[in-house]
Amino acid sequence: MIEVEQLSKRFGERLAVDALSFTVGPGEVLGFLGPNGAGKSTTMKMITGFIRPSAGTARINGYDIQAAPLAAKREMGYLPEGAPGYGDMSVRQFLDFIADIRAMSGAWRKERMDEVIQEIHLEQVLDQKIDTLSKGFRRRVGVAQAILHDPRVLIMDEPTDGLDPNQKHEVRNLIHGMAKDKIIVISTHILEEVEAVCSRAIVIARGHLLADGTPEELMARSRYHGAVTLDLDNAREAADLLGQLPEVAAVEDGDTDTEITVLPREGQALMAAIGRVIDQQRWTVRELYQQKGRLDEVFRDITGGAAA
Amino acid sequence: MNNVITLFKRELRAYFATPLAYVFIVIFLVLSGIFTFYLGNFYERNQADLDSFFIFHPWLYLFLIPAIAMRVWADERKSGTIELLLTLPVTMWQAVLAKYLAAWCFVAIALALTFPMWLTVNYLGSPDNGIILAAYLGSLLMAGGYLAIGVCVSAFTKSQVIAFIIGLTLCFLFTMSGFPLVLDFFRGWLPGGVVDAVASLSVLSHFQAISRGVLNLRDVAYFLAMIVAWLYACAIVIDMKKAD
Ligand SMILES: Nc1ncnc2c1ncn2[C@@H]1O[C@H](COP(=O)(O)OP(=O)(O)OP(=O)(O)O)[C@@H](O)[C@H]1O
Ligand SMILES: [Mg+2]
Repeated sequence: MIEVEQLSKRFGERLAVDALSFTVGPGEVLGFLGPNGAGKSTTMKMITGFIRPSAGTARINGYDIQAAPLAAKREMGYLPEGAPGYGDMSVRQFLDFIADIRAMSGAWRKERMDEVIQEIHLEQVLDQKIDTLSKGFRRRVGVAQAILHDPRVLIMDEPTDGLDPNQKHEVRNLIHGMAKDKIIVISTHILEEVEAVCSRAIVIARGHLLADGTPEELMARSRYHGAVTLDLDNAREAADLLGQLPEVAAVEDGDTDTEITVLPREGQALMAAIGRVIDQQRWTVRELYQQKGRLDEVFRDITGGAAA
Repeated sequence: MNNVITLFKRELRAYFATPLAYVFIVIFLVLSGIFTFYLGNFYERNQADLDSFFIFHPWLYLFLIPAIAMRVWADERKSGTIELLLTLPVTMWQAVLAKYLAAWCFVAIALALTFPMWLTVNYLGSPDNGIILAAYLGSLLMAGGYLAIGVCVSAFTKSQVIAFIIGLTLCFLFTMSGFPLVLDFFRGWLPGGVVDAVASLSVLSHFQAISRGVLNLRDVAYFLAMIVAWLYACAIVIDMKKAD
């Protein structure tokens, strides 16, 4: 359990994090969202005990990060922003160093080492110096370092930044696979990632918590939640006709001339009504689907389209 | 304790992972050779001792130690690894101590590599090896003192150049405060007690006392106190500045 209580951080005049409170339980994958400068990294640095909060505190599985920092740090794996690593070490030396510091030993150590190296596909760079790694590999080494001791709490600041699409997929699978019994917090700017791996998302801006819910709940705030997109030849005529339905709030043109998107009024279901009109008018519809909502639009909406 | 050993090993290995270590050692050996034989008139003095070798150590260290110390924390902050290090289950003290001891050990290795000098005097005559051993110890303690200053300064900044210059300046002040020229200057207008206090802060006078072969508890305690004080300051500075 991560319990964040009234966590605040002031840098001079600037309040980077403002009385943030939330808890994360086992099995949850929390996505930490917010525009640049929102305070995501600062919050993570405080939870992991790198910087001291100006006020408030965080408890990791019951250990207060300020009162019992060592015990709290043992519970956690942390990937800092930018995935720093000791450039003069090879990947193998670096992971060995982390294992030493984490007091890993015996068969378990070897097992974890092999497992992690295989899961994150580090075999080919094991003896390469971290300085000479590409950005993506460096990030992977950072992820490996964080999960090496199989921590119960995992905190990763932009874990998939700079990874190629295959690796993004792999890391997401990895997170998914670990999620069952762990507490995972990731920050990201990739909203599909939230839909793909997070069971819950928190949106902050200017250090304030603005939204907290499942990705589905967030998407339900979208204008496009429940919207129906059609692709048909007489799109103009259809737009006029569908626009008169009582359930419909608006009709928007799509990416092509033949595509329209019908937006529902608050709480109204569209599919049935649209289906009836299609039947009556005997339109030939090439494509018809209902949208779940667009996270990017909700994100812009919540954060006011503003940077901090 | 295990953490200190792990961190110490990592640090020490880091010195030898880059050409830095070798460059430093070569420069140290060459310069100490030049100083001893040319400036120190090792042969002309016709005495079987290493005075002409040790007498230049404060000046040698003045430049070389800040060069070693400058990267210790500045580098860690610049590369961001400090965030990794301090979120691992290690205490600030373990980190500060381990990194310092590794740097000191590195200097000790460089110092130990001057052993041909010792072989030479033993070959040429029969020196008092007790005095030489004391002088080596004094030299190592002095290096430790300079190093503690430099390491603390390196925690202030991400820039190694700035760390070097400030470190050098501070070390210079701590050396000069025992220099006869400076003391004479003070003696003219300051009460004797103050002059003695200034002199007692000096690396130079304590080193000279030890290198005469008198391993006085006071001199050893001076260096150890200096090391502890600067490392303590270092830990505070890191705590204050780590997030910047
Ligand atoms: N050491 C520092 N000194 C002064 N201000 C800081 C410091 N660290 C962060 N800030 C400020 O705090 C605010 C929050 O920064 P933070 O790095 O937490 O943002 P973020 O949400 O992680 O952004 P990004 O998405 O760009 O990574 C920013 O305005 C930043 O300029
Ligand atoms: Mg960030």
